[in-house]
Amino acid sequence: MESRSRNLYLIPYGLWIVVFVVAPLILVFYYSMLDINGKWTLANYTRFFTPVYLKMAIKSFWYALLITAVSLVVAYPAALAISRTRHKQLWLLLTVLPSWINLLLKAYAFIGLFSAHGPVNAMLAALGVGPRQIMFTDFSFLFVAVYIFVPFMILPIFNSIEEISPSLIAAAHDMGASEWVTLRRVIFPLTANGVKSGCRAVFIPALSLFMITRLIAGNRIITLGTAIEQHFLVTQDWGMGSTIAVFLVIAMGLIMALTDGTGSGHVGRERRV
Amino acid sequence: MDALESRRGSRVLSAGNVYLAVVFLLLYAPILYLIYYSFNSGGNMHTFESFTLEWYGQVLQDTRLIIIVLNTVVIALLSSAIATVVGVAGALAIHNARSRRLRNTLFTLNNVMIVSPDVIIGASFLMLFAMAGITLGFTSVLLSHIAFSVPIVVLMVMPKLQEMSPTLIDAAHDLGAESWDVLSRVIIPYITPGILAGFFMALTYSLDDFAVTFFVTGQGFSTLSVEIYSMAKQGISLTINALSTLVFLVTLGLVVVYYVITTKGAEAARRASRVISSAARSNAGSEVKA
Repeated sequence: MESRSRNLYLIPYGLWIVVFVVAPLILVFYYSMLDINGKWTLANYTRFFTPVYLKMAIKSFWYALLITAVSLVVAYPAALAISRTRHKQLWLLLTVLPSWINLLLKAYAFIGLFSAHGPVNAMLAALGVGPRQIMFTDFSFLFVAVYIFVPFMILPIFNSIEEISPSLIAAAHDMGASEWVTLRRVIFPLTANGVKSGCRAVFIPALSLFMITRLIAGNRIITLGTAIEQHFLVTQDWGMGSTIAVFLVIAMGLIMALTDGTGSGHVGRERRV
Repeated sequence: MDALESRRGSRVLSAGNVYLAVVFLLLYAPILYLIYYSFNSGGNMHTFESFTLEWYGQVLQDTRLIIIVLNTVVIALLSSAIATVVGVAGALAIHNARSRRLRNTLFTLNNVMIVSPDVIIGASFLMLFAMAGITLGFTSVLLSHIAFSVPIVVLMVMPKLQEMSPTLIDAAHDLGAESWDVLSRVIIPYITPGILAGFFMALTYSLDDFAVTFFVTGQGFSTLSVEIYSMAKQGISLTINALSTLVFLVTLGLVVVYYVITTKGAEAARRASRVISSAARSNAGSEVKA
C-alpha cells in the first residue's frame, strides 16, 4: 500500500526533475559544443580561453567578490544590532521587506537618485564636491548591487546569531572576556555558517547579474550573466552562450562545495536577482 | 562593576541602533523616493512641483499596461497553484523515499534549481522550448514559472513533514484509516502551514521574476517586470513611479497576508495533531475497556 502511494508521488515530481532540471542542464552542455550553424566543435571552449573572455570572466569574479565582501561588511553589524533590539522579529521583517519589492523598481529608483540632477548629486553639490557623473560608473553598479543583496546577507547571519546559546556569551563574560573578545572569539566563529550561506546567497547571483549592469552600469561592466544574455538574445550564438553558462555552472558547483552547502535548511529569497 | 557593564552594554546597543537606523534609511530611501515623486506634477524625479494624481490616472487608463498586470497576476496564481501541487508531491516523494540514495539524489536535484542563477535557468529553458517546439509566450512563461517554483514549495513543505511524528500516521493507520484518508485528513492538515508558505513564496517569486521571464517571453507577451525593464531603459517616466507605488502596496498586503496565514496555519496544525492524539487516546481507552 505504502510503496504504491510512494511511487505515485514520484510521478509528477520525477517528471518535473527530468524535464526542467536534468534536460536543461544536458542542453546547456550539448549546445556548448555546437557552433552557430549547429555543427560539432570545441571552438567555443578555445574561444573562452582567449583574453577577451578570460578577462571578462576574471572581472566578473572580481566584481562578485567585491559585492559579496561589501555586503558582508555592511550586513554583519546590522544583523548583530538587530539581534540586540527588543523587537527582533519586527526589525527582521523590516529588513526582509525591501527584498520582496520588485527588483526592477529598485534599480529604476537608482536611475533617478543617481541622475545628473538627482538628489545624490544635489547633496554632493551642497557639500561642494559635485555634481559628478554617478550613473554608469563602477561605483553605481557596486552600490546598487550591494543595496539589493544586503538583506540576503543579513538574514542567514541573523539566524546564526540567534542560534547561539545565550549561556555561552554569559560564560564568556563570566570568564572576564570583554565585549570585543566575546565577539571575536565566541560570536564570530559560531556564526561562520551563517556567513557562508550569506556569501553563497550573494556571490552566485552577483556573478550572473545582467539587468543591473544594463540599467545602472550602462554596459560598462560585463558580467558572466550579461555575456550569456548577450549571446542568447542579441547575437543568437547559443553555442558560445552555453559555453559561458557551463563555466558559470562549474563556478557554482565549486562555491557550493567550498561553502559545503546543499542549500538545505535555508530558504532565502536568494535566487531572485 | 555591574553598573559599568550595563552602561557599556547600553552604549554598544545605542551605537548598534544608530547603525541600524542608517541601514534602514538606506534600505527604504529609494522606495520612498519613488513613491514621493509619483505625486509630482513636474514629470521628473528631482524637482517636486505640486501634488498630482495624473500618473496614477495614466496607469489606470493604459489598457496595455493593465493587460500586462493581469497577465502577471494570472501567471503568478496559476503557476504557484500548480507548483504547489507538484511541490507537495515532491516533498512527499522525498520524505517517503525508502533508500537514502534516492532521497539524496532527489534533494540535490531539487536544490540545483534553487541555486542555479536566473540567466542559466532562462537560457536553458529557452533551448528547451525551442527543442520541444513550444512557441514563446503565455505557455512558455507559465511552464517556466511552475518549473522554478516547484523546488521552493518542496523546501517549504519538507521541514513540516520532517517534524511530523511518524506515530501520528501509525495512529491513523491503527484507527483504520486508508492511505488516502491518512494523506487527506492527517498529513495534509499537518503540513498545511508549509503548503501555504510554499504557495506564497512561489507567488512572490513569480511576481518578482525578471530574468527567467525575459528569456522565455516572446514578442507579444509581457509581464510587469519585463515591461518595467523596457520602460526604464528609455529613461524616467513617472508612470513607472505610480505603478511602483501600487506594486509596493500590493506587496505589503501580500506580506501581511503571508504572516497572518503562516501564524494561523501553525495553530491549525497544532489543533489537528491534538485532535488525532486525543482520538488515539480515547480509542486506546475503549480498546482497554472492551
